[in-house]
Amino acid sequence: MKKSLYIAAKDLKYEFRTKQMLNSMLIFSLIVIVIFSISFVDVLSQTELVGKLAPGVLWVAFTFAGTLGLSRSFAGEMENGCLEGLKLSPIDRSSIYIGKTISNAVLMFIVELLTIPIFIVLFNYNISGIPGLALVIFLGTFGFVSVGTLLSALSASTRAREIMLPVLLLPLIIPVIIPAVMATGTILTDGGISSISSELRLLIVYDLIFFVVGQLVFEYTVMD
Amino acid sequence: MDSIISITGLSKSFGRRQALNNIDLEIKKGEFVAVFGPNGAGKTTILKIMSTIINPSRGSVLVNEIDAKKHPEKIRGMIGAISHETYLYDELTARENLVFFGRMYGIENNNIDEKVDSILKSVNLLQRADERAGSFSRGMKQRLSIARALLHKPEILLMDEPYTGLDQHAAANFERVLMSTGDSDVTRIMITHNIERAFELCDRMLIMDKGEIRFDKLKTEIESVDDFREQYLSIVEKDTDAEGISNV
Repeated sequence: MKKSLYIAAKDLKYEFRTKQMLNSMLIFSLIVIVIFSISFVDVLSQTELVGKLAPGVLWVAFTFAGTLGLSRSFAGEMENGCLEGLKLSPIDRSSIYIGKTISNAVLMFIVELLTIPIFIVLFNYNISGIPGLALVIFLGTFGFVSVGTLLSALSASTRAREIMLPVLLLPLIIPVIIPAVMATGTILTDGGISSISSELRLLIVYDLIFFVVGQLVFEYTVMD
Repeated sequence: MDSIISITGLSKSFGRRQALNNIDLEIKKGEFVAVFGPNGAGKTTILKIMSTIINPSRGSVLVNEIDAKKHPEKIRGMIGAISHETYLYDELTARENLVFFGRMYGIENNNIDEKVDSILKSVNLLQRADERAGSFSRGMKQRLSIARALLHKPEILLMDEPYTGLDQHAAANFERVLMSTGDSDVTRIMITHNIERAFELCDRMLIMDKGEIRFDKLKTEIESVDDFREQYLSIVEKDTDAEGISNV
C-alpha cells in the first residue's frame, strides 16, 4: 500500500506540474455544463424539471471528462519507457494499479469539486443533502476510475488508444452510471440517504468487484 | 567464481515466432558479459526474461539460486537495468526521479536523501539535482539512468544498448561513470552493437543469432577486435546482411 501511495503521489506531482489531464478534463466538464445550461435555458426556472435533468447533465460531464483524463493516464508512463522502469521494480504489479487508481480518482474529485459550484450557479439550483451527494459521487467516481484505470493501461500500448478506451469503457461502466444517476436524482430532490440505499449497495458491490478484479488482472494488461 | 545466473533449456516463442531456442548459459559473479547479434536474435528477450519482465515458454532462470518464475520480485530487487530508454520522468527533477525509484526499491525514507545525494555526486549531477530530467542532454540523462539503476546497490546490472543516441564524448563519459560507480563485484551484462567499446570493457563475449547462442568465449581467448569481428560476420553473414555491427 505504501508503494501505491508513492506512485499516486508521483503521478499527482507530475500532473500538477504539467496539468495535461486536469486542464482538459476541467475545460471539457465546464463546456458540457455551459452547453446544457444554454440548451435548457427555457426550463431553468422550473425546479422540478431541472431536478430531472440535473443528474444526467452532471454525470455526462463527469463521465466524458473522466474518459478524456483516463486516456492520458498512462501517457507519462509510456514516455522514456517509465512503465518498464516501474515493472522492473520489486513491487507487486497491483501496486501500480492501486497507485494509478488513487491518482486518477483524486484528479476526478478535483474536477467534480470545481464543476458542481458552476453547475449550481448556471442551473440556478439549490442543492440539499451535500453529504449524500458527496457519497454518491465518491462511489460512482471510484467505480468509474477502477474500470477506467485498467482499460487505460490496456489501451495505452495500442495505436488507437483515444478510440479504444471509450469503446471499451462506456459499456462496462453502465452498471455504475445508472445507479449513480438515479441516486444523484433522488438526493437532489429529497436529500435523504435512506431513500437511495439500494443504489448505494449496488455501487459498493460494483466498486468492490472491479477494484479487486482490476488488481488481479492488471499484471496481464501490462505484460510484454 | 560462483554462478550468479544459471539458465537452463530456456525457450521463448511469441505466437509462431521462436525468439529463444533451448538456451543454456551460466554467468559468474562479477563477470562483464557483452552480447552481440543482429536485430531479432533474441538478445533483448533473454534480458527481459532475466529481469522477470516476461516469462519464458520453457526452461528456467536461477539468479543467486532463486527461481525467477517463483520469486520474481526478489529477483527484480537484485537487478539494475539501463536501456536506450532512460526510464526517467521528464517532468520530475533528477532528485525526485531517484527518490521515487529508491522508494520503489524499498530504500527507507530516513536515509534515502543521503543515498541520492551520494549517487548524484558519483555521476556528476549533484549540482543539477533540482533541475527537470527533461531539460538534460542525452548524455546527462544516461548518467542519471546509471544512478537510478545503481541506487539500490544491485548485484546484477543489465544494459540493453546503452550507447544509443550518445556521441563519442558522452559514450566515453558513460563508460567512465559506469565502471567507477557501484560495487566492483557487480555482474554486468550488456547488449550492444559497438564491438570496439565492448571489447575494451568486457570479460566475455557472446554472439546470438536466431534465438541461439552461437559464440561464447572469454576475451582472453579472442586474439583481437578484428578477429572477433570476423567471427561475428562469419556467424551472422550467412543468414543476414550482418546488420547491427558498428565500429563507432
